[in-house]
Amino acid sequence: MRSDLSRRSFLRGSALTTAGASMANSTSSLFAQTATQNGSAAMGPEPVALTLRINGVARSVRVEPRVTLAEVLRGPLGLTGTKIACNRGACSACTVLLDGAPICSCMMLAVDVGARGVTTIEGLAQGGALHPVQQAFIDHDALQCGFCTPGIIMSCAALLDRKPEPNADDVRAAISGHVCRCGTYPHVVSATLAAAKTQRG
Amino acid sequence: MTVAKETLRPETFASGIASVGIGKVVRQIPADEPPALPPNAELTVIGKAAPRHDGRAKVTGAARFTADVSLPGMLHARILRSPLPHARVRSIDTSEAMRHPDVRAILVIADPADMQSATVRYCGAPVAAVAAVSMAAAEDALRLIHVNYEPLSFVVDFDQARADRAPAVYQGGADAPGGHPSGWPAAAGLPLNGNVRGPAVSQRGDVARGFGDADVIVEGEYRTQVQTHCCLEPHGIVADWQTDTLTAYISTQYTTGVRHELAEQFGLPLNRVRVIVDAMGGGFGSKSTLGNYGHTAVELSRRAHAPVRLVLDREEEQIDSGNRPGTWQRLRIGAKRDGTLTAVSLVSFGTAGVGLGAGVGFNAEALYACDNFSGAQHDVFINAGPGCAMRAPGNTPGAFGLEQAIDQLAERLAMDPVILRDRIDPSPVRREERRIGAERIGWERRHTPGADPGIIKRGMGVGQSLWMANVQLDSSCEVRVTRDGSIEVLSGVQDIGTGTGTVMAQTVAEVFGLRAQDITVRIGDTEFPPGPPSYGSRATASITPPARAAAWHALQSLLREAALALNAAPEDLVTRDGRIVVRSSPSRSIRFAEAAARLRTDRISAVASRSDDYPGFLRRMGDAAWARQSLGGVQFAEVAVDTETGIVRVERVVAVQDCGRPINPRLIESQVHGGVLMGLSYALFEDRILDRHTGRMVNPDLEHYKLAGPHETPAIDVVILENYQGNSATDAYGIAEPANIATAPAIANAVYNAIGVRLRSLPITPAAILGALGKIPQRS
Repeated sequence: MRSDLSRRSFLRGSALTTAGASMANSTSSLFAQTATQNGSAAMGPEPVALTLRINGVARSVRVEPRVTLAEVLRGPLGLTGTKIACNRGACSACTVLLDGAPICSCMMLAVDVGARGVTTIEGLAQGGALHPVQQAFIDHDALQCGFCTPGIIMSCAALLDRKPEPNADDVRAAISGHVCRCGTYPHVVSATLAAAKTQRG
Repeated sequence: MTVAKETLRPETFASGIASVGIGKVVRQIPADEPPALPPNAELTVIGKAAPRHDGRAKVTGAARFTADVSLPGMLHARILRSPLPHARVRSIDTSEAMRHPDVRAILVIADPADMQSATVRYCGAPVAAVAAVSMAAAEDALRLIHVNYEPLSFVVDFDQARADRAPAVYQGGADAPGGHPSGWPAAAGLPLNGNVRGPAVSQRGDVARGFGDADVIVEGEYRTQVQTHCCLEPHGIVADWQTDTLTAYISTQYTTGVRHELAEQFGLPLNRVRVIVDAMGGGFGSKSTLGNYGHTAVELSRRAHAPVRLVLDREEEQIDSGNRPGTWQRLRIGAKRDGTLTAVSLVSFGTAGVGLGAGVGFNAEALYACDNFSGAQHDVFINAGPGCAMRAPGNTPGAFGLEQAIDQLAERLAMDPVILRDRIDPSPVRREERRIGAERIGWERRHTPGADPGIIKRGMGVGQSLWMANVQLDSSCEVRVTRDGSIEVLSGVQDIGTGTGTVMAQTVAEVFGLRAQDITVRIGDTEFPPGPPSYGSRATASITPPARAAAWHALQSLLREAALALNAAPEDLVTRDGRIVVRSSPSRSIRFAEAAARLRTDRISAVASRSDDYPGFLRRMGDAAWARQSLGGVQFAEVAVDTETGIVRVERVVAVQDCGRPINPRLIESQVHGGVLMGLSYALFEDRILDRHTGRMVNPDLEHYKLAGPHETPAIDVVILENYQGNSATDAYGIAEPANIATAPAIANAVYNAIGVRLRSLPITPAAILGALGKIPQRS
């Protein structure tokens, strides 16, 4: 059932051939440009040394260029709070913040992170004190099995950063890319609105 | 389990629905069961919205799911899957893969030397598996396995599979599954004709006479699609085979059951097998057994002498982790002018792919009073991944048909659908649920079908659910009290995401007069007393009574020590607010921790098992038992249908549910949200689509397989009855499944009420609406 041309080999291919390759479409040229900007036109398959800024701490790893940010977080860095559920950007379970903006960490190669700061669910609480969104998720029971929860919390925390006084529609839009099979959406909305209030004091 | 008469004692229990009026019932209960638990209004922890015991772990990313388990020297496994829907494996050459420097073990699953296993019957069927030092290496190695397939004719279309000369999924039937199915009902030993197995027949009275006596007869055919579970956490296992012990970390709904499967399949004594699951990312029925992936990982670990992690990817989840079978059902209902039913007949055909269990449940047979019933249910094999139980298997597709047929009957009789149900539904619980629900939704605003003017037409509908209240008798719990006053509750039971550990903590805390957060919960490990499965809406009903009994026994030991300190009789002591208090002289008390400090040993412990329901059971099947009362649930939906685009928006759902004694209303509300959303998603969006030319699933992901999301979520108004029955030490039952059954028919009936045309096939897509309205050609 596995396609001969996996996504990763495709990305690797597009990075090597750069923009303008015969298969270029908007997605592949976007990635190709990223690779070019990083000056990494030819990497791999051997592991490369990377330093990533994760939750404010510089972390050095040696990884194959084909691995995604999600895989590096969960594997060598041991930050398993970031979950992989679809591995193709369709469910947002792997959401982390890149310089404060939510992204699917399964859709970004680790080598493309560069100097940007990554915040994971493990980095959201400050010195043992939960982020208001985390506390509100407990108080409002905005989680059930909890597998999609870290990703949803990251998106909601990012929403409050850019919009401290959101309404219910803002929350729904912020989590519209997330899949929660347990059906926590109603409590996620009420929890995030409550967290916004707490955060404003 | 029959308890001798002399060991029984009479006990008076609260009985009845709180919003209607609570009475009393006297039960003879086993002498070692705790005293009757008063109604929730008189309790401090049970019936309150305690936060989840593992909430902090889940919001910080600390909760450990199976894929997060990493052991020293662990290998990674991948499964090679069949690209063909039906084929015989002529040969498999694994030599090149074996030479890959990072490969540690290879397992051939479809063995050409064994005719039985050499035939693969669906796209995605496992053929071989590899364990390697990295996931990437395992994937690379899969491409180095060379398989020679002899393609066989196949059928993936449900209607074509029933035709006379359809390609046979099972040649001659000798190798067809015939044993116990994972779904419902599919009895053993039924005949197989071509791809059609059955019928499983159920009958009472005389339907022919019943239809003869009818003033009105309604008839209809209904179709439901295949739905996939889409657990966010994929199926996964870390298998660790050591010299003489096996530890399996596995995302499972049933640690006790998987332990038994492993012991049996690998010839190990039970005490050498340990199954562990900490956090579990949903199952919905699909993680009830070890599965072929679980067996594969253990076998690879045994061969490689190393731990092996095997986690399915999303495509594998969609094609080979189970699904809710698709169904076709024909219902015929006869009634008198006053609504009295004279006959109900049901014929169904369903498909669970290459598996069994595609029935449409027992709604038609048991929901409404009718002397004459005949049911004939069939399984149809197709070349697709096996179905399995999914949230109210059988009854969810069954309700889609029956509840629309009843709606249709009400219209023919010119009766309000709620009033018709008041007449033919004997359940006092659903009667109260209809009353509350109708009031909340504003049922009196409901207009005649299609009467809403304009392009966007609104409508209201009602649907009912029926589910058996059921119990696992092999359910045990230990409660430990230590000298520092700390308390643990332990059981093998797992938390699928419903909050099982939290309701156990609440139950124990109530006994000791403490707060839920004072109780340490240790579950999901077969080293603890065996726990029930998290399926059938069975966990809470099974595990909270022994949790309370164990806590009560431990408390009696503690009270003996406290009695000495307080110079009072143990039976004159009560627990509240963290203290042990002399009932007859409330000014005399000691802190709970002070009493614990007087224990003669560092720790005391009590273990209790689930007793039978006090009034007995309706029936038993092995360790499973059915309570005398069923579970109800009535849902009302309000929809807006855009007659130009065909888009259906569900604006509001009122879900009135019951689960005996509610232990944590907020957790129950969360589960009901989930049941309603899964039902809404089933009604409007979800559909496993197979390409009939290649046999492949064309939407094996989460973007083309459509799920309801935040924008499709309606306002959901949840009402939970308190229904006391005096059945057990907690009188609690489950909610997961009943909350899912009524949603799709309530929506379908609301759509009919909106546009005046009935949609009898799921999902109700914009194309289906426009087709039904005659605005585009109907799709076959």
